Amino acid sequence: MNTFLENSLFFGAIISLLGYELGLILKKKFKMAILNPLLIGVIAVIAVLVLFDIDYDTYNKGGQYISYLLTPATVCLAVPLYEQLTLLKNNWKAVLAGILSGSLTSLVGVFVLAKLFHFSHEQYVTMLPKSITTAIGMGVSEELGGIVTITVAVIIITGILGNVTADFIFRIFHIKDPIAKGLALGTSAHAIGTAKAMEIGPVEGAMSSLSIAVAGLFTVIGASIFADFM
Amino acid sequence: MKFIQQLSIILFISFLGEGLNWILPLPIPASVYGLILMLIALQFHIVQLEQVQDTARFFIEIMPVMFIPAGVGLLNSWSVLQPICIPVILITLLTTIIVMGVTGQVTQLMIKKGKKK
Repeated sequence: MNTFLENSLFFGAIISLLGYELGLILKKKFKMAILNPLLIGVIAVIAVLVLFDIDYDTYNKGGQYISYLLTPATVCLAVPLYEQLTLLKNNWKAVLAGILSGSLTSLVGVFVLAKLFHFSHEQYVTMLPKSITTAIGMGVSEELGGIVTITVAVIIITGILGNVTADFIFRIFHIKDPIAKGLALGTSAHAIGTAKAMEIGPVEGAMSSLSIAVAGLFTVIGASIFADFM
Repeated sequence: MKFIQQLSIILFISFLGEGLNWILPLPIPASVYGLILMLIALQFHIVQLEQVQDTARFFIEIMPVMFIPAGVGLLNSWSVLQPICIPVILITLLTTIIVMGVTGQVTQLMIKKGKKK
């Protein structure tokens, strides 16, 4: 059985899809924010792997082909962004100010908290790029001398947390404007937040897509400056 | 025919993104270069919206599923993460909430200010 799975190219893909669908069903039935399809999908797959003692590489044999699609999918984010270009042009100052303030808050936040927890320089720079998309974050962490595997883990956790808590945060911070919601999701939770923004609406999705690129850029510059602070 | 053309355009731009990532010494991934290239192509009507729209919608709809393998990958980094697990999760949770709140609030205030003028 295990040798069959080790050679299967569709096992990883299908349990990921089924896990996500399970999440969709649970969310529809119970309507709770914590029942986020992505989170449920991840937990369901982990549960199957642990329960049947299947290792990650076996799963990822098929799983990698889903990840492979991330690059073209990110390229496609340009389409909703293009459709909302007029809205972006009319609000460009607010958009830039929003993303800049968010990126800066992320760096300051990590700095203050890392100081509080007596982090080493290595641990601190590992956390600095936590709010930006994985591929950019990995590069930043590597360049600053961080632990890349932890950076990746933290970026994924950030994304999932942002995706799950967005509705709640928008309520307590009274964020109602669709542009503001999109930028908030993309700046704090990169592409995983954007997946959530796409579910809320087209304006939210477009603004969130934009934030992935712009916040990434700001953080590349900002993190190299902040790295010297500790 | 429609989907062959749409997929070709999207994958070709992804490929160009890879090219830029390979040439330029910046920590910017192929996907982000590709996003920018696609936006430029649409803006200058090198690519028409109808030439990519349907396939783009498909990719964007299934996008959340694409993060599952990375999420499951946490299983592998658990041993490295475990010793600093609590502060790391606290920092991650707090900053994510604050960044989302600040970005949203600042944008909202700026939009309101812009409208008043």
